Amino acid sequence: MITRRIFLLFGLVAGTARAQLPPNIGEIRKKALDDAVRKVVGNHPVREGRVKLDLPPLIDNGNTVPLSVEVESPMTEADHVKAIHVFTERNPQPYVLTAHLGPRAGRARISTRARIADTGIVMAIAELSDGSFWSGSVKVIVTLSACLEEGLI
Amino acid sequence: MRFFLFILFPALVCAGEIPLAERRSGYEFMSKETRAMQDDEGTGPAVLWLLDGEALWGKLGCTSCHGDAKASMKGVAARYPAVVDGKLVNLEQQVRHKAPSLAYESRDLLALTAYVARQSRGMEIQVSEKSKPHIERGREFFHRRQGQLDLACTQCHDDNWGKKLAGNPIPQAHPTGYPIYRLEWQAMGSLARRFRNCLTGMRAELLAPGSPEFVELEAYLMWRARGMKLDAPAVRP
Amino acid sequence: MSRVVVNVPAEAKRGEVIEIRTLAGHPMETGFRRTQLGELIPRDIIRSLVCTYNGVEVFRADLHPAVAANPLISFTTVATESGTLEFRWSGDNGYSATLSAAIKVV
Repeated sequence: MITRRIFLLFGLVAGTARAQLPPNIGEIRKKALDDAVRKVVGNHPVREGRVKLDLPPLIDNGNTVPLSVEVESPMTEADHVKAIHVFTERNPQPYVLTAHLGPRAGRARISTRARIADTGIVMAIAELSDGSFWSGSVKVIVTLSACLEEGLI
Repeated sequence: MRFFLFILFPALVCAGEIPLAERRSGYEFMSKETRAMQDDEGTGPAVLWLLDGEALWGKLGCTSCHGDAKASMKGVAARYPAVVDGKLVNLEQQVRHKAPSLAYESRDLLALTAYVARQSRGMEIQVSEKSKPHIERGREFFHRRQGQLDLACTQCHDDNWGKKLAGNPIPQAHPTGYPIYRLEWQAMGSLARRFRNCLTGMRAELLAPGSPEFVELEAYLMWRARGMKLDAPAVRP
Repeated sequence: MSRVVVNVPAEAKRGEVIEIRTLAGHPMETGFRRTQLGELIPRDIIRSLVCTYNGVEVFRADLHPAVAANPLISFTTVATESGTLEFRWSGDNGYSATLSAAIKVV
């Protein structure tokens, strides 16, 4: 027979156990990425396309990953890319780099070397002069991570 | 008179060693993007150390004996470690001979060594007859089981090169590119540092840079890579 | 040691889109690493790279810890007129580096 006392005790134990569960890192990272993207795009929709993100699909070492982004755009005064924002899905924080361009760039193309902590998505969002947002993303596989392992050696 | 003898030591060849024709530089085990970082002469990560090395060459007075490094240092890195005044020394030790204040693994020593090594890029590694006893001791180290995992270097690098270890290809362990910009270190480092990484992985005792066992191991590895082209300073994962 | 490198073509045709490659020696300490004793190593990164062309800003990048050490940033700009391209890196702990490159536009 389940007494009220046993029922309450069960609830207490279950509640404590639930509180002791390790945090869901995947969820936390995803929320951080969504928040970061929202800060950039606000309420505007983000359309997929026009953004070409180049990354090796299988990465030698997550500490230094060559990365380039190119956006289709005439780069004229009337129609150009204002900024390119790069994010990762699984790093301790989602931002990588924001490049502020303009018609004087001639072409919307940037390159850098990034740190990627874990297998997952790398995303680039282009902010255009007409206020629209376009995105492109790549899934990469990382065996040697950045950020998450101690550099003991 | 220096002897640049390209000598085969038949006595040292034995089963398990990689046939000469099958030898491949670590460069070939990397992705094309990482190779591009090494090939980037203008803005590859090693360039920072090369520029510092060039500046130090002047600042430390190397020019007073050696003049322009591009001429005087050509071929030097390709024949080290070498026996100098009866003692086996590697390139870092030779660079330190007139600048002993430069500590092993210091930024300055790495920059200067990288700059000197760069002058031999593309040249074939040569080994002198004088190094033979050291090479034999180095070979013994390479074949000795050590550490908690009771592993010998040869088991990975002679017997299992090309296969994967924790998702990454095992290279053949030819020191053609040292000092290297290792992506794992995000900085330039010496062969001794790389040895210490391996020994850590094997859970074996670490030796200090410049220790005789390391220099003899380096001599053996350079003999093992004889005839291969130097590509220092390289980029490696 | 703030070594910085810039690759800019010495000469270009008017209207040509040129590629500029920049490299800065910097550890870009993320702020997520810990010492052997478990203490957090504070963040120390380059935060910004600005390029001006005869005084007019033509490129700006905001960097975060996810940019690898010794950051390479490459971008393009239109060769409009002869003059000077100036590059300024700035970051945590008062880090600052500048470099200029001349360009002749024909």
